[in-house]
Amino acid sequence: MSITPVLDRRAFLAVSLIGGAALAFEASVPLSAETSGQAAVLNAFIRIDVDNIITIGAKNPEIGQGVRTMLPMLIAEELDADWSQVRIAQTLANDKIYGPQSAGGSRSTPVNWLPMRQTGAAARQMIIAAAAAKWSVDSASLSTDRGYVVHSDTGRKAPYAAFASDAAKLSPPDLATVPLKDGKNFRIIGTDVPGVDTPAITQGKPLFGIDIDLPGMVYAAIEICPVFGGTIASVDDSAARAVKGVIAVVSLNSSIVPEGTQNALAVIADSWWTADQARQKLVIQWSDAAQRGHSTAGYDIAAAELLKDAPHHDLQRTGDADAALGRAKRVVTAQYSYPFLAHATLEPQNCTALFAGDTLEIWAPSQAPAGGRKLVAQALGMAPEAITIHMTRIGGGFGRRLMNDYMVQAAVIAKAVPGRPVKLIYARANDMRHDYYRPAGWHKLTAGLDATGAIIAIKNHFVSFGADGKAITAAELNPLEFPAQVVPDVHYGASYMATNMPTGWLRAPTSNAVAFAFQGFLSEVAEAAGLDLPEMMRRTLGEGRALAPPERGAAFHTGRARAVIDAVCDKAGWTSGKARKRVKDKGRGFGFYFSHAGYFAEVVDISIIDKTNVRVDKVWVVGDVGSHVINPLNALHQAQGSVIEGIAQALIGQKIDLIDGAVVQENFHDFPLMRIDGVPSAIEVTFLKSDFSPTGMGEPALPPVIPAFANAIHDATGKRLRRLPLQLGEPT
Amino acid sequence: MTVRVEVNGTPRVVDTDPEKPLLWVLREDLKLPGTKFGCGAGLCGACTVIMDGQAIRSCQTPIGSIDGKAIMTIEHVTATPMGRRLVDAWIALDVPQCGYCQAGQIMSATALLTQTPNPAPAEIDGAMSGNICRCSTYLRIRAAITRAAGGVAA
Repeated sequence: MSITPVLDRRAFLAVSLIGGAALAFEASVPLSAETSGQAAVLNAFIRIDVDNIITIGAKNPEIGQGVRTMLPMLIAEELDADWSQVRIAQTLANDKIYGPQSAGGSRSTPVNWLPMRQTGAAARQMIIAAAAAKWSVDSASLSTDRGYVVHSDTGRKAPYAAFASDAAKLSPPDLATVPLKDGKNFRIIGTDVPGVDTPAITQGKPLFGIDIDLPGMVYAAIEICPVFGGTIASVDDSAARAVKGVIAVVSLNSSIVPEGTQNALAVIADSWWTADQARQKLVIQWSDAAQRGHSTAGYDIAAAELLKDAPHHDLQRTGDADAALGRAKRVVTAQYSYPFLAHATLEPQNCTALFAGDTLEIWAPSQAPAGGRKLVAQALGMAPEAITIHMTRIGGGFGRRLMNDYMVQAAVIAKAVPGRPVKLIYARANDMRHDYYRPAGWHKLTAGLDATGAIIAIKNHFVSFGADGKAITAAELNPLEFPAQVVPDVHYGASYMATNMPTGWLRAPTSNAVAFAFQGFLSEVAEAAGLDLPEMMRRTLGEGRALAPPERGAAFHTGRARAVIDAVCDKAGWTSGKARKRVKDKGRGFGFYFSHAGYFAEVVDISIIDKTNVRVDKVWVVGDVGSHVINPLNALHQAQGSVIEGIAQALIGQKIDLIDGAVVQENFHDFPLMRIDGVPSAIEVTFLKSDFSPTGMGEPALPPVIPAFANAIHDATGKRLRRLPLQLGEPT
Repeated sequence: MTVRVEVNGTPRVVDTDPEKPLLWVLREDLKLPGTKFGCGAGLCGACTVIMDGQAIRSCQTPIGSIDGKAIMTIEHVTATPMGRRLVDAWIALDVPQCGYCQAGQIMSATALLTQTPNPAPAEIDGAMSGNICRCSTYLRIRAAITRAAGGVAA
């Protein structure tokens, strides 16, 4: 996979020496450099204090994926620092200095694997050069050891701090050619490093966007048109304004932002609770007749009709699938579907903004602050450079905060009260009903088998949502979706319906849904061939090789897929056919998926409790995310969390319904999240190391658990459940 | 209305609407933001605090209804031996992911172990099922409670 260089010399030139320190990190970080002139800023990411404490800038949004720990580990490794001497500081949002700063697509690892290491290595080289000059020795005779420079010929040893200010005056080396450590010499990468914020979290420290507290701050609650696309016809806000503590009622017009942000009213008050009470006293007539015809029940009916005919659009055509199906020994066909889902981050959407005429300061839990800056600049007619964005810790992202609607809303609200910081918080129902939802989808899948049980043709008619003949956000299907590249005759097509719902990326977008449809269907195909799914996968994957890369994303390597499949079968003691001992009311299922450049195979063991209830007993996970798992402790947590989230999507009734153009669900009673009593007793995770550059762990462990779970239900009951959320009692 | 409550061992006087939930009094009036707003309906447990030994949902507790009561929040939980043990276990097992629910989790766990020093696994699940963790750190929450209770640390 090609990696775009994300850092250039700007990262070094933006801050030169002590005076530039304030540029480097959030102002909240104590900068002794400013007062004492004793600390040295080596580049935009590294500051070394006289006590040899090394402060490393964490540049990406932390949503619980562990990136505030992981990226600094890469810098510290090549700087050859000791992790115990490292402190972490959050950087501002400024992609001109820091490179891309987003949390999405499990991209932080592949995008930053080299640049962060190069940054650390360059700083180390500058320190060595400074030490060589000071000691009048050849640079080549110096080495480093955990934050010290060592001259082994003379036995001299001194902390980095002794050379840091001299080093900061040197020209940085070329990042592209600076030598990096051999992986076998890593001392930090590959070790279990606890989250850098774990102690502060357990003390209740104010880390999150919602915790921002500023002098003179006021609060805003928001009432957004319940029907997506509706507008305000009339407002009576007299009762709301009469509430003691209310400061202003602000109208937000949908034209301020693209991407479907809706008409809304915000109430500003001296307390959020007061603002929210007053919000409920707003009397608003919405103009929404044009959108009221939309409903999820209607989509279900329309999708069923569309699936009866040929797809409107071709996604992939290889050979002649219909002709091949005509000569197939056996033909298997089935329909799969899945619902809209909300992200339901536990920290509701929120953002704090301070408008000061020429400048705007924002404190945002955003997964994509650069995109937010653009939207805010556009909405307020300000220069992007006039907007400062502070990145807070984020109480769950899952893709919701790749959208910046709340940031724009907070900025517009703040403009109504210049000079006063305003914190906008969504009430839970606002949050549930004004998300960018994982789009629902429907698949009609057909496969043909030859006499040997090999798949000779596959068809997929995918129905989802689109406009102008193109899928809307997150409603796409990869045209090369497995097994398109290993089956001779393929026809994938799509038909799109219109919707008024805003859609967006939910953790492992498209994969979290498509894995269920394709791995579930391939399990049926395997059964028709007299095989189990792992064996069907092995035969279909064939020899280990890299397939042609898709338009976007990483190429699929069949050998890496086979390796994780074999390993998980080995770990779980998977047995096939007659060797399998069956136990009443117990089931076992398998699923594999490749997404976000990661390969994951999973086995789920379940128990049937009664006609409608099932329990997950244990899950085995085997993944391959490349040559190094940077922080194995966090990777384990990501895999376990992903598995439980996938089980929640399959098992506990998560779905978003639309009636008359508005979302029905409002809180965790009607959109349930997994609770502790539904969690299996063990989720065993193993990583295989492969000879590929490391990739991310935020997402790829999620998709396969859903089909594995559905396949386990089939194993236990004989029922093929083809619709999410799965309902054991559902007739099939 | 003037309400007197003891918060984290200190007597506090709050002059506010008696209907204002304790959650928002803690966060806004008393500047204790460790207690979190999640659902506003007592469904997620993010706002859990301990009142007179019991875990309560502060978002469902009007300040006017608890005049004279003693409240403990996450900011003060390590002042109790049980809270200290739990937080130590939480750190040792690196329980949090995003971290947003963890204050509520620790408060519920503190109330559990204070009342039931050696809970069975089903008792842990039962006592903790009111606290949602959207990142699903549940395996480590179980292990941390077991560890703090003096059992085997998973």
